[in-house]
Amino acid sequence: MLSLFVLLPFLAIVMLNLPLKMVTRHLALWFGIVLSAGQAFMVIFQPDVFWKGTDLLGRFFTLRLQVDNLSMVMLLSIGIVTFAAILVGRQTIADARLRFNFMNLVLLSLIGMNGMVLLSDLFSLYIFIEVVAISSFILIAFQRGLNALEGAFKYIILSAVATVLMLLSVSVLLMAAGDTSFSSVAAAVKNSSSSHFVRFAIGIFICGLFIKGGLVPFHGWLPAAYSTAPAAVSVLLAGIVTKVSGIYALIRLSTSVFGPDSSLNAVLMIAGAVSIVIGALAATGQSDFKRMLAYSSISQVGYIILALGCGTKLALVGAVFHLFNHSIFKSLLFVNSAAVEQQTGTSDMDKMGGLGSRMPYTNATSLIAFLSTAGVPPLAGFWSKLIIVIALWQSGHYIYAFIAILTSIITLGYLLSMQRRVFFGILSDKLQAVREAGFGIVFPACVLAAITVGVGLSFPFIFNSFIIPMGAFLK
Amino acid sequence: MMLNIILLVLFVVGAVWTMMTTRLLHSAVGLAFTSAVLTVLMFQLDSPLAAVFELSVCSGLVSAIFISTIMLTKRVTAEELIVRRKIRMAYFWFLPIVVVAAAIVLSLIHIPVDFKLPEPPAENNVKNIMWNLRHLDLLGQIAILLTGVFGVVTLFKEWKHD
Repeated sequence: MLSLFVLLPFLAIVMLNLPLKMVTRHLALWFGIVLSAGQAFMVIFQPDVFWKGTDLLGRFFTLRLQVDNLSMVMLLSIGIVTFAAILVGRQTIADARLRFNFMNLVLLSLIGMNGMVLLSDLFSLYIFIEVVAISSFILIAFQRGLNALEGAFKYIILSAVATVLMLLSVSVLLMAAGDTSFSSVAAAVKNSSSSHFVRFAIGIFICGLFIKGGLVPFHGWLPAAYSTAPAAVSVLLAGIVTKVSGIYALIRLSTSVFGPDSSLNAVLMIAGAVSIVIGALAATGQSDFKRMLAYSSISQVGYIILALGCGTKLALVGAVFHLFNHSIFKSLLFVNSAAVEQQTGTSDMDKMGGLGSRMPYTNATSLIAFLSTAGVPPLAGFWSKLIIVIALWQSGHYIYAFIAILTSIITLGYLLSMQRRVFFGILSDKLQAVREAGFGIVFPACVLAAITVGVGLSFPFIFNSFIIPMGAFLK
Repeated sequence: MMLNIILLVLFVVGAVWTMMTTRLLHSAVGLAFTSAVLTVLMFQLDSPLAAVFELSVCSGLVSAIFISTIMLTKRVTAEELIVRRKIRMAYFWFLPIVVVAAAIVLSLIHIPVDFKLPEPPAENNVKNIMWNLRHLDLLGQIAILLTGVFGVVTLFKEWKHD
C-alpha cells in the first residue's frame, strides 16, 4: 500500500479544508501526528497487512512507486522529523489560523518528500522537489518577519536557479533517452557515456542538487533560511527537507542513474570535503545559535557526500546511516534552539548562559545531540562517522579520512563552546525567570535524544541486521 | 508548416509581452499563454511527453512566481506605473531585439548531437500520457497548486487582514 504514503496526506488536506473550520482546526494537529507517527511505525514494525496488503486506493492511480532500503530509511526519517516539527509548531505558533496553515503546509511538504523517496522517474522527481521547495519557502516566510522574508527570498532565488539547471538537464536527458524513467535514463547514460551533451546534463543536474542540499559553494541560502525561519520550520528544514530534496536525490541519482562514475565520484568527494571544512570553520565564528547549527549542518552533510563519493559499499552504508543520524540529532539541536529561543526571546548565545539549571531537559538532550554530532562514542553519530572513516581508509583515501577526523575535533570545539555559552556558567539576572519549555518541545526532544542514544548503544546488535542492509540499494 | 510558424510567432509575442508588461497579472497570464503555445508546438513536433512536461512546469512556475512576487511587491499608482514603464522601455528596449536576433543566429548554427537519438515514442496521445500514464505527476502538480493557494492565503490574504 505504498500509494498511501502520498495519498493519505492528500486526503487529510482535502478533509481539513472542508467548510467545517470549527472541527478541522482542532483535527489538523492530530492528522499530522497520526500520519507522521504512523509512517515511522509502519517502517519500524513492517506490518504485513500494510506492506503486502491490497492497495485499494492505489488501484485507481498509476503512481509507479517503488521502495527499497534507502527509501525505507528516508521514510523513517521523514516520519520522525515531521512528528517532532508538528509538536514544536503546536507549542511555538500561538495564532490558531497560522497554526492551521502551518499544518496544511507541513502535510503538503510530507506529500512532496514521501513522493520523492518512492518515485522512479526523473521528471516526477523534479515535480516533487518543487512541491517540497515551494511549501518550504512559504513555511520560512509564513510568520512574515522581515528577516524571514529575506531568508525565504534567498531560498527562492537559489532554488529557482537549481530548478532551471535541473529542468534543462531533464530536457537533454529526455532527448537522449526518449523517456525519463530512472531505468531508461540510466541505460541512455551508459550508452552515451562519451557524449558531451549527456555529461553536461548530468553536471548541471548535480549542481542543482548541490544548491538544494546547501553544499559549498552553493550554501549561501542555507544559514539565512535556517536561522530566520520559525522554530518548527527550522526543525523541518534542517532535519529532513534539505536531506530529501538535495542529499537523498544525490545518493539515488549518483548510484543508480548517473553512475557509478569515477569522475562524478571525484567531484562529490571534493565538494564533500570542502563542505566539511568550510561549514565547520564558519560555525566556529557564529554567535547566533541557529546560524551556528546551520553551518554545522553544511559540515555534516559534507560527510555524507564525501562517503557517497568514495563509492564503496561500506561508504554508502556510512553515508545513509549518517544521513539518518544527522536528521535525528540536527532536528534535536533545532528543537533545543526552539526551546531556548521561546523561553529567552533571543537566539544570540552571547546573551545566554547558565540556562542548564533552569532548563534541565533541554540541557541534557542538547548535550546528547552535540556529542553525537561531534562523533563521541557510544552515540549514533560516532558509529556513522567511524564507518565513513574506515571506508575512506580502506579505499586508500587517507587525506580525506584525515580531513574527516580533524574536522570532527573542530566540531567538538564549536559545539562545546555552544553548550558552555548557552547552558553552563552562571545565570544572569535577566534570565532568572526562565523556565523549562513546554511539553510540546520537551517531549520531541526526549524522543529524538532516546533514538540517538538507543541507536548508538544497540549498534553492535543491529549492525548486520539493519545497518549493513542500508547500503543494499546499490545496483 | 504554416501552423508551426504562426505558433512560433505567437510564442515569441507571448514571451516578449510577459517580459515587457508592467502589470504582474498580465505577466502571469502572458507566461501561461506562452507555455500553452509551447505545449501545442511540442505536440506538433511529435513530442507529447515534452508537451505534458511543459504543462507541468508551467503550473508550478506560475504558482512560484505569483507567491514570490506577492511577497515582494506593493501596489503602485497609475502615475508611478507610467514612470516605471518609461524607465523600463528606456533601459531595456534592446532586450527583445537581442533575444530574437540570438534565436535566429542560433537556429542557423548547426550544433551536432553527439549521442544516438532514441526511437520516437510509441505512445503519441497527450490525453493518454497525461491521464493514464503520469498520475504521479498530476498529483504533484495538484500539490504545487494547493501549496500556491496556501501561500497566497498565508502571505497575502492574512497580510491584508493584519
